[in-house]
Amino acid sequence: MTRAGFALVIGLLSAALAVLGLCIGSTGLESLRQMAGDATAMQIVRDIRLPRTLGAWLAGALLGLGGALAQGLFRNPLADPYLLGSASGANLGVSLLLVALGASPGSGGWAARLGTTGAAFVGALLAVAVTLSLARGVQQTLRLLLAGVVVSMVLGATAAMVVLWVPDIMRAMQAFILGTTAFLGWPSVALLGGALLVCLLPAIGLARALDALALGEASALSLGIALPWVRLALVAALALATGAAVAQVGLVAFVGLVAPHLVRGIVKPTHGWLVFLAALMGGALLLAADVLARWLLAPQELPVGGVTALLGGGYLLWLMHRRRL
Amino acid sequence: MIGRVLAGLALCWWALAACAAGLVDDRGVEVAFDAPPRRIVSLLPSLTETVCALDACDRLVGVDDFSNWPEQVHKLPHVGGLEDANVERIVALRPDVVLLATSARVSGRLENLGLRVVALEPKSMKDVQRVLGKVGQLLGREPQARALWQRLDAGVSDAAAQLPQRAHGKRVYFEVNSGPYAAGESSFIGETLARLGAVNIVPAALGPFPKLNPEFVVRADPQLIMMGDRNAVDLAARPGWDGIDAVRNRRVCVFSAAEGDVLVRPGPRMVEAARIMAACLEKYFP
Repeated sequence: MTRAGFALVIGLLSAALAVLGLCIGSTGLESLRQMAGDATAMQIVRDIRLPRTLGAWLAGALLGLGGALAQGLFRNPLADPYLLGSASGANLGVSLLLVALGASPGSGGWAARLGTTGAAFVGALLAVAVTLSLARGVQQTLRLLLAGVVVSMVLGATAAMVVLWVPDIMRAMQAFILGTTAFLGWPSVALLGGALLVCLLPAIGLARALDALALGEASALSLGIALPWVRLALVAALALATGAAVAQVGLVAFVGLVAPHLVRGIVKPTHGWLVFLAALMGGALLLAADVLARWLLAPQELPVGGVTALLGGGYLLWLMHRRRL
Repeated sequence: MIGRVLAGLALCWWALAACAAGLVDDRGVEVAFDAPPRRIVSLLPSLTETVCALDACDRLVGVDDFSNWPEQVHKLPHVGGLEDANVERIVALRPDVVLLATSARVSGRLENLGLRVVALEPKSMKDVQRVLGKVGQLLGREPQARALWQRLDAGVSDAAAQLPQRAHGKRVYFEVNSGPYAAGESSFIGETLARLGAVNIVPAALGPFPKLNPEFVVRADPQLIMMGDRNAVDLAARPGWDGIDAVRNRRVCVFSAAEGDVLVRPGPRMVEAARIMAACLEKYFP
């Protein structure tokens, strides 16, 4: 399959899933049918299902993009977008926020204004900043990788301690860790869309450097690539993409790791195409998971994070079985 | 001059009227109401129970998955859990107000969609009184709410007064789950125990639900242990626990899931909660 053809296929698939996304929910097709005459039905379709559908796609695209960038930057097919500590940073941020909210009921205060989204975003970016400062910049890949692992461990353990001390927040934390697309509104869609645009442009623009990097650092340097700046820009894009996605939908697992592999299993792209196609693939994957999560047990819902792993992992296993990988 | 005074007076009157109509919830947010709500969604079991205890069960149009009392809420649409409430179902029910806990993530989303949200978080006996007052104000049933609180408060005192003298001052350990997490003095369970004259082995300084070192319980040597049947384990099998007074003399109360719901929910069933624990105390210390 050609790359453009593949992009078209995933694009069409996403569009079909989006239409399904408008039809599926706790009230089913009823809301869609009554939309013309009924303000509540209209609100359900226009202000709940539509932003949720678009938001799920955008968050998945950000994670897919992050995965492709991480795997290219670290030249490691096991790299995922949470590698620099953003997931555990977000985790800790949210747990501290929940403690602050519980500690002072009655005060609107900074904690309520920051919200889960803000806390997760700040936590994710701070964690990446700590990783970068521990690694003394982005130049040594191994150091960066190691710093990321250490920061993930330490922040993850701290978050676990916080939950242990304040068991009240356990249920809320569990919901955040599983990830959910249920609370996405139009402001979230705008934020996610903006973040995708800001990350996708430099990622595609600098993808030739990732191609060169695949040959080894020395080769990349000898090809005249300003490796320090390129790496910095790509790490920034990775951190922003992951932070934005995690803040809006929680710690949705696996999309970032699996999306680039799914792309590579079907076409053999250069990094420019890979980054673009992995974003499309991630979007389609998370949207499909979201639609399934809403549909399988309707009117109840499954946690979308669990469905992603089943869907993406199942497909990857099938690809591996057919020796396409 | 007179005009200005009159304008000032009008402003004062307007401000007073606005205050009377608005309700300040536990987030400190003022929510305005023109009339008592007729369609209510409750996303916290204790708030569901409070609404029903004020004879407004018929105004509920939806509840969370955990609300299971009184019987008639079983027939209502259940709109999801405390952390994963289904936005779409709530909106489809067209509520005038949604009652939920301050920690509920869904509140921001519901407000964005134009729903009125009142966040209340009853955690202690004092909170029960306050939340009862707020819900009473919301429903336009303040006198009933005040009367109900007096009945509840008197009911708990009554349950304590009926306990035999021997049951007073006993060291009690309440295990919430086999972490082991305990219910400390500052939890709602702990407050009920204190009203019954029992001595909680977990002091208030440790927080409402601390995770204990099992050693701590052995050292405190409780004379009575209370726990839920979901976590009922063989206590004597825990290292060193066979020496504990309560374990040695088999003074362990295991509460059913339904009883557990009554015990942990700070709401209008607090008298029932006190009676359940009093019955346990009386069983072993007649």
